[in-house]
Amino acid sequence: MLKKRIIPCLDIKDGRTVKGVNFVDIRDAGDPIELAKRYVHDSADELVFLDITATLEKRKTLAELVRKIAKEINIPFTVGGGINSLEDARIVIDAGADKVSINSSAVKKPQLISEIAQEFGSQCVVVAIDTKLENDTWKVFVNGGKTATSWELLAWATEAERLGAGELLVTSMNNDGTKNGFAVSHLAEVSLAVNIPVIASGGAGTMHHFKEVFENSKVSAALAASIFHFGEIPIPQLKQYLKTQQIPIR
Amino acid sequence: MIALINYNAGNITSVKNAIERLGFSCVITDNADEIRSASKVIFPGVGEASSAMSYLKAMGLDQVICSLNQPVLGICLGQQLLCQFSEEGNTECLGIFPVQVKKFPPLDIVPHMGWNTLQMNGRSPLLNGIQEDDDVYFVHSYYCEPSNYSLATCDYILPFGAAMQKDNFYATQFHPEKSAGIGERILLNFLEL
Repeated sequence: MLKKRIIPCLDIKDGRTVKGVNFVDIRDAGDPIELAKRYVHDSADELVFLDITATLEKRKTLAELVRKIAKEINIPFTVGGGINSLEDARIVIDAGADKVSINSSAVKKPQLISEIAQEFGSQCVVVAIDTKLENDTWKVFVNGGKTATSWELLAWATEAERLGAGELLVTSMNNDGTKNGFAVSHLAEVSLAVNIPVIASGGAGTMHHFKEVFENSKVSAALAASIFHFGEIPIPQLKQYLKTQQIPIR
Repeated sequence: MIALINYNAGNITSVKNAIERLGFSCVITDNADEIRSASKVIFPGVGEASSAMSYLKAMGLDQVICSLNQPVLGICLGQQLLCQFSEEGNTECLGIFPVQVKKFPPLDIVPHMGWNTLQMNGRSPLLNGIQEDDDVYFVHSYYCEPSNYSLATCDYILPFGAAMQKDNFYATQFHPEKSAGIGERILLNFLEL
């Protein structure tokens, strides 16, 4: 049976992980490679690296980092952040990333989704969508959630699929950071509306929250950052719990 | 020397990295002599079947691959191209396995992406040490029909050939290079044949 995936997300700035980490047995918590290897060891199913370095001159650092990650880890990984063109995508894919994630650039230039899909295959293109509930409507936001767009979530999700997205990473901004649980109802809607995998993101605080989103929506994966980095929920423990709850887990 | 066939299909670096992590060295090559004289040949692939076959034919690599006597491992698109015919672009493939490659019916999410379980059908050194129900990583929209050559099948929408063997030709639909410890074991089994 196809398993639900558990995906830790690592924020990278200038080649270092930025959020605090709390693994006692890691010598250098700022070293993305050491952290990534730890997650592989803990049976994470996939990893996402989000580069929050805004400047162009740091892009080379990212390619170098991706090359090192690809040498070291033996599970799939996605790289996102600041990918604005086919050329940007090519740099990280050539360096060894399995997938690229695009967000604001996809909204600004939707044909970028098709360009990357045609060049590298749909399975390489993750469209990340930041969404916030406003006046009873889930609206799409860009620029790190700062700028509203005219897109409504379901419309943009189906358009991204039509253009060739291979997967959607949907972050519910109202929930992000709250640890009050995933925004299950709209994740259920969006995962029904498309026929590509949806990764749920934003709001995970307890192991029960993962069970809840997997039981009540068709999402294929759930992503979280700080609860994993700070060791609040160790991944092996989370996976063991989900197995006892009859969720298909590796 | 282990040769990795370079034919403009993706993920070749991932396979090279995985081989090197296991302590072996390899060359990425499209040179017929280098491929023929290799001790093992890996035929990886991410991409589209008809353009991949056209490229192989243009380079004369289709005949080279079919004539190989040393162990060959096709991965993902590599496995599909070793079959008879693929519905992807209605492509005549290399014909090592008399097996049809079909598109998944849209009864669930396509592509089949993620970790799924192997069901063992036969014994082969390729799958030494692999347990029934071990999970490996798949990404594909087309599948190989189960056959007498299936060493393991996997069930997604319908059962399909997840690992295959005929004589010196081995193949996996999943990506051993991305399948953590289980995948490493399978690659090592191949490299130690």
